[in-house]
Amino acid sequence: MHVAILGNGIAGITAARFIRKLSDHDITVISAETDHFFSRTALMYIYMGHLRYEDTKPYEDWFWDKNRIRLLRVYVERIDFDGKKLYGSKGEEVAYDKLLLATGSSPNKFGWPGQDLGGVSGLYSYQDLQNMEQFSDGLQRAVIVGGGLIGIEMAEMFHSRHIPVTFLVREESYWNAILPPEESAMVNRHILENGIDLRLSTELREIVDDGRGRACAVITSTGERIACGYVGLTAGVHPNISFLNGTALETERGILANDFLETNIPDVYTAGDCMQLRNPQPGRRAIEAVWYTGRMAGETAAYNICGQKVAYDPGIWFNSAKFIDIEYQVYGDVQAQPPANHASVYWEHPDGRKSIRLVYDREQGHILGFNLMGVRYRHEVCEKWIREQTHIEEVLPNLGIANFDPEFYDEYDEQLVRLYNRQSGRGLKLKKRRGLAGALRFLKSGG
Amino acid sequence: MNTLQKTGLALFIIALLLFTATLGLDNYRLTEESLTEAIGNEYHLEAITAAAREKGILGKEYGSSFQFAPAFKKVLESAQKSLNQQAKEGLPEGTSQWEYKMGSWLFKDYAFIATKKSSTGPVSGNPLLFLFLTIGLAIVGGLLYILPKFRALPGIKHNHIYHNPMTRGLTPGWRGSFLGAAIIGLLLYGVYYMNDKYFWPAATAVVALLITALVFFYQGEAKHTPARSASPQVAGWLGILTGVYLIGFYILLYWVPQHIIGWILMADPVSRALNGGEASQWFLYGLLYTLVILVMGVRMFAKYRHNRYQQIRTYSVMFFQLAFAFLIPEILVRLNLPSMDLKNIWPLNYTFFFDWNINNLISSGAIGIFMLVWGIVLAAVAVPAITYFYGKRWYCSWVCGCGGLAETLGDPYRQLSDKSLRAWQYERWIVHGVLAFAVVMTALTLYTYFSGEKTVLSFNSNTVRTWYGFIIGSAFAGVVGTGFYPLMGNRVWCRFGCPLAAYLGLVQRFKSRFRITTNGGQCISCGNCSAYCEMGIDVRWYAQRGQDVVRASCVGCGVCAAVCPRGVLRLENSSMDVQERAKAVRVIQVSKEGVKLVD
Repeated sequence: MHVAILGNGIAGITAARFIRKLSDHDITVISAETDHFFSRTALMYIYMGHLRYEDTKPYEDWFWDKNRIRLLRVYVERIDFDGKKLYGSKGEEVAYDKLLLATGSSPNKFGWPGQDLGGVSGLYSYQDLQNMEQFSDGLQRAVIVGGGLIGIEMAEMFHSRHIPVTFLVREESYWNAILPPEESAMVNRHILENGIDLRLSTELREIVDDGRGRACAVITSTGERIACGYVGLTAGVHPNISFLNGTALETERGILANDFLETNIPDVYTAGDCMQLRNPQPGRRAIEAVWYTGRMAGETAAYNICGQKVAYDPGIWFNSAKFIDIEYQVYGDVQAQPPANHASVYWEHPDGRKSIRLVYDREQGHILGFNLMGVRYRHEVCEKWIREQTHIEEVLPNLGIANFDPEFYDEYDEQLVRLYNRQSGRGLKLKKRRGLAGALRFLKSGG
Repeated sequence: MNTLQKTGLALFIIALLLFTATLGLDNYRLTEESLTEAIGNEYHLEAITAAAREKGILGKEYGSSFQFAPAFKKVLESAQKSLNQQAKEGLPEGTSQWEYKMGSWLFKDYAFIATKKSSTGPVSGNPLLFLFLTIGLAIVGGLLYILPKFRALPGIKHNHIYHNPMTRGLTPGWRGSFLGAAIIGLLLYGVYYMNDKYFWPAATAVVALLITALVFFYQGEAKHTPARSASPQVAGWLGILTGVYLIGFYILLYWVPQHIIGWILMADPVSRALNGGEASQWFLYGLLYTLVILVMGVRMFAKYRHNRYQQIRTYSVMFFQLAFAFLIPEILVRLNLPSMDLKNIWPLNYTFFFDWNINNLISSGAIGIFMLVWGIVLAAVAVPAITYFYGKRWYCSWVCGCGGLAETLGDPYRQLSDKSLRAWQYERWIVHGVLAFAVVMTALTLYTYFSGEKTVLSFNSNTVRTWYGFIIGSAFAGVVGTGFYPLMGNRVWCRFGCPLAAYLGLVQRFKSRFRITTNGGQCISCGNCSAYCEMGIDVRWYAQRGQDVVRASCVGCGVCAAVCPRGVLRLENSSMDVQERAKAVRVIQVSKEGVKLVD
């Protein structure tokens, strides 16, 4: 059987690797972007000179041959679902028995005037990075539109080259749809202390043409004109499925998938950013364009393609990012506008660059989530506490076993316990300090 | 770069140029007085003086050590010949042949000390002034360059490492050429070093080819084209210049120190103040080594202001270098006691079991015996015991001198280590091969020591250890080990050559509580951990599959955990699961039963 995988990102490649583990099928991974799989999340490090493109490839180039995974550099323009055939832009034809669509995302454009000018781009693909590089030489100022994770990455990238950056954020505080107010304010401060010109509550109205098809300025919602040589559009992404319009494949914003990641067409599956779940789990979105869910979906698709029915289950939500120098980790349910039953204990370091937030149920008292800035917690430990609905007063004394900061770092778990005691009038004491042995003992214990 | 940093850089470059120029500033004039100061043996002194006079060299001024050296060598050869002739005619009353004749092994020492005593000019006239103008100014310049970095926001400072011609590394072709040239050059020099006997250089070449064949054909690396080894673009020219300078420095230092007299003269005042005697090339080396670690240690404090593990580790290597490797041995000399770097452990300290060292320690009373026992206990008990608890990092990135230099001076080059599977295969054969060589060499030496037999299994133990000292102790550890920092990364010696690292690594791999744990499913495969692993471990390969890193080569520097943008890695010790550390236990798993985080 020949399995064709469209897209060599984390979802497609994880699927290919697991299909190989599970079967002897012929596997072809098709991409127009690069010859080999690379870590999309590391694009910024290439620009900043921390890494070379080579370093972002998780596997050496011979890995694919050795595992009999055929790589094709083809831009697929059309799919004949009835004839089970892919057609490339240069007349290539690839026949398949089963097809996995893992085509990823495209940056959002909201119909701004000038959004297709030269020097206007998102940051998603390797080509976007090359484009950014090309416009960086002699660049006097860059304007970034959109207050999300890619936006701050792009700001950091230009900042690393001492290119002045204006960062337009529509909301009144950075990423405040996701981050609770204190954490969001922390990132605002950090952006400003890095010398980035942060404009909150400011939208893009228009990108100005320099007369030769290149962006030369933006006009904001306040009417201000900001001269710039590059405009980064980072107001989110949407599934990259426009080439599938008008086919029998059922799509909405993304490719619709059932629990087994099957589409409406037999033998056609989908995984990653481009998939839209018909029945997302409670509290989860139908489209989650995140590295981790892409990886899990790819693995799940592999099982289903190989005939083992496995329902997609992304488990308890987790994510991470880095806001310039502030690391961010989240486990479980942490909301920017918490519902009435969410209570939280929030501690912030006096330096204003570290914080820990525990979210728990106001009535039942069980732990719901962890939100960490500049502090590292163990994924497995937090996940187990959340899954087992452990009571906050059971979590707090044992908080040390969740701590994942390097040796000799200060431990702040004690302060959280004290804060909670002050909030609740209880007299809890921290029992467990940081250390692997305690964590392992907890993880290996039943339940 | 701000003005202060530019000034610092300019001062450093001026100091470095002047430092290099001092080698050519002095003239060399052999006089009877200089010879009297240089040569202690009265028969040799007389013969050398006579030969020098006969050759018309006495009182003649030479503009450079490179002109002086061949002329003086002729004098030594002629003096040797005349002493041999006179010995045949009869030795003076009460003199042994050993005292009277002048063996060829003395040439190097005589040439060095005679050159030093013959030097005249600005440097020998004002050593202290030149010390301040070169090394002193370089320290000031270096600190001016480093100190403003304390003002930056705390965080990972790796911007533009791969854009910088100093740190971007070489293309595989360039790198291969340098490595090939270095290996061939050193082996050819080895023939000369072994007095034109080519057996050992040839044997070493055969072993090198054998290892290559094993890696390529036995382990199938011929099939693998190494793609992510070195810079894909133009080579970093500043790095190449720096590498060539360092390689040149080590060649002069180890094998022809008479050409760096200017530097050694500058170290004289410091040496006198510390141990009461004149500086040798080893004193100069120790002084520079210590100063470099101290200054570049300050750079580490600036770079890792937010990371206490890195800070404490850097304090540790600075302390052990300053106190244990530099000051204590010098003070011991001043106290007329046997000098020893008390943290230098066999088999890295390969001369520890040499007859002269054992005899010297045994004959030095209680402190000598203590040192002998201390050295044996370190190697036999401390290494396995402490490594069991903390991994080899307790030594390699906290105590060791080679590690200390690699973690300070070498830090800007850590990303240049080769992460390919091929490099790992080479590493395992070579580093364990060196360990085997060190053990065999020491065994032969001890056999000779206890039995008095010079020849064991048709090998002369003395020749074996001479070759070990040349090819491993000097060529590998120094010329390649440090000279290749900007070419192949800062741990070339520690990774491929150090026998003690191999020994520590075996303990760490098979019986230790140490491992680097990975944090659930948080890895984004970005590759920062692998790129900044100085030992060339593909850390990401473990992190992305949720497997703890248990590797013989890991020196526990903690930089992978520091550069990880998602908080995925942590250096940990635990006795809970020593036997199953290497299993993939904490990976996100999708299965028929659903997604699980823990197996």
